[in-house]
Amino acid sequence: MDNNLTKIYNRSLKGPLIFFVVIMLLPFIFQSNNYILSTFIMIGFYSLVTTGLTLLIGYAGQISLGHAAFYGIGAYTSAYFTATLQMPSWIGILVGAIIASLVSLIIGIPVFKLKGHYLALATLGFGVIIFTFFKEWKTITGGLNGFFGIPPLSLFGISFSTDFQFYFLIWIFVFLGIFFARNIVQSRVGRALMSIHGSEIASEAIGININKYKLQIFVLSAVYASIAGSLYAHYVTFINPQLFEMMTSIYFLIMVVIGGIGNIWGGLIGAAIYVFLGELLKDIVPKIIPNASGEFEIVFFGVLLVVILIYMPNGISKAIFHFIKRITSNFKNKPVSAFSKKSTGSDIHD
Amino acid sequence: MELTSQFIQLIFSGLTIGSIYALIAIGFVIIYNITGLLNLAQGDFAMLGALTCISFVNMGFPLIIAIAVSVVIVTIIGGLFERLAIYPARNSSTATLLIITIGAAFVFRGISILIWGTQPLALRPFSGNQNINFLDATIQPQSLWAIGISLLSLAVLYYFFNKTYLGKAVTACVVNRFAARLMGISPQKMSFWAVSISAGLGALAGIVIAPISGASYDMGIMIGLKAFIAAVIGGLSNAPAAIAGAFLIGILESFTEGYLSSGYKDAISFTLLLIVLFFMPNGLFSKVSGKRV
Repeated sequence: MDNNLTKIYNRSLKGPLIFFVVIMLLPFIFQSNNYILSTFIMIGFYSLVTTGLTLLIGYAGQISLGHAAFYGIGAYTSAYFTATLQMPSWIGILVGAIIASLVSLIIGIPVFKLKGHYLALATLGFGVIIFTFFKEWKTITGGLNGFFGIPPLSLFGISFSTDFQFYFLIWIFVFLGIFFARNIVQSRVGRALMSIHGSEIASEAIGININKYKLQIFVLSAVYASIAGSLYAHYVTFINPQLFEMMTSIYFLIMVVIGGIGNIWGGLIGAAIYVFLGELLKDIVPKIIPNASGEFEIVFFGVLLVVILIYMPNGISKAIFHFIKRITSNFKNKPVSAFSKKSTGSDIHD
Repeated sequence: MELTSQFIQLIFSGLTIGSIYALIAIGFVIIYNITGLLNLAQGDFAMLGALTCISFVNMGFPLIIAIAVSVVIVTIIGGLFERLAIYPARNSSTATLLIITIGAAFVFRGISILIWGTQPLALRPFSGNQNINFLDATIQPQSLWAIGISLLSLAVLYYFFNKTYLGKAVTACVVNRFAARLMGISPQKMSFWAVSISAGLGALAGIVIAPISGASYDMGIMIGLKAFIAAVIGGLSNAPAAIAGAFLIGILESFTEGYLSSGYKDAISFTLLLIVLFFMPNGLFSKVSGKRV
């Protein structure tokens, strides 16, 4: 059985391992450059959220425009438990994940009866309602003034207070997250999710409990977002509600879609492209148009977004992997499995 | 009489904002039914309309000409947006199209920051600042303009969609896209007209609200979303119901602001949306219909 799975799925660890080693070596090169380290740390937070979202959007084909809420739930729970209640960090992370999964379960039951745009709008509405909680529940969240003085993360007696230390922590979380997601995708659950993406009615007809799977994957993606939020709160030590408003959810969706739907690395690639593009535009655009103020570089961001999606509607990761495949197949003539093309799942339209 | 006067005042401000939502909500209904698109850039047409109009007024043009010219300009921008961004991606997935409209919204917002900056601008009211007293309540004359203009545009739209050839063709696409195509109506052409018309409607809405709430580059997103809530509450395929939904949302918001706190305004509207979606997914005013596969 395992032999068959290796034919269908790409289970090789070579690529991911090389990538892991490169990522783990990077901070030694840029040890003194906090700008680069903090940029990579931001990519790490986003990757964790978008990997969970990729399972939901890319594999199960369900849109969520409310994931900033779970990111915020993680952040505020960690902040409250460590700063206000003086508890250890891991309790904050754990309780955040539990609250996020309960909330996602409660909201998920009615929400996943909806489809397409209604689903997008309902999750967006949910995000706005949770944002209002962050804003108005001042005794716990500090309201619009924000939550100050979150202690740095300490796990197993190690305190992660510098960018250099935090870098390793977040990227280990990211790789564990991606590895876990990959195992889910390459299992019975993953195949069920792809069939839901293909056709809900057909999946139901062959005996897949579509509501159960949608709900499970929604809860899982909420937990990913909540853990990322907890780590983020410890990293920045100050949070306010604006960090978790509707636009953040939209940015998460952007990362997932430009990264590539139907590829487990899509979330990471999308997050990296989003962050690098943002930094690049912030750097270049003022040199071209020096007199303007405000964040008008979003013009270029918007144009790029539209162009990328018109020419690569399946996201950039697909183009990248296609490119890598072409290069490597020039060097060695590996026999290609008959299944490999069908198993990506991204050709399926909804 | 303190209570009744406040009540009347809140009703009027609710009707004012509701009439703005109504204009944009109709645009949503038209676009959604023809292209299946949730256009998150819809509110930004209102922003572009308002800011363009302010610029023309400041250049010294008479108000009526400024309004007409800016509506035309935004209509053209809407048409360009449809041809350049929506049309090439028309076969993509829901999520992809959604993000394309977000990308377009970024472009509109960025351009307006470049042209008008980030500070909110004001437009003078259409007919003076003299408030009207009505049963002890003070009502801004601009409110009457807003309600009047949107009712008038609704009448014009009714005429357009029911009596003119182009309007009937668009309506045919709204009712049944596939059947319309069999009758020789090109849904792609109609999609172009639908996006252009709703851009123009949005611009008009933005201009009318500008003297009351000001105009700035980021005003579009919430107006657009509220209008979409209104359209969904009305059932999304029914323009009169969407208008009713828009007035309902407007009044609900103004009462939340008046009796509770403006901080809860958005949450209350979205809670109503969730309730409608969960319990009456075909809209508040719809009759029971079968599930389509």
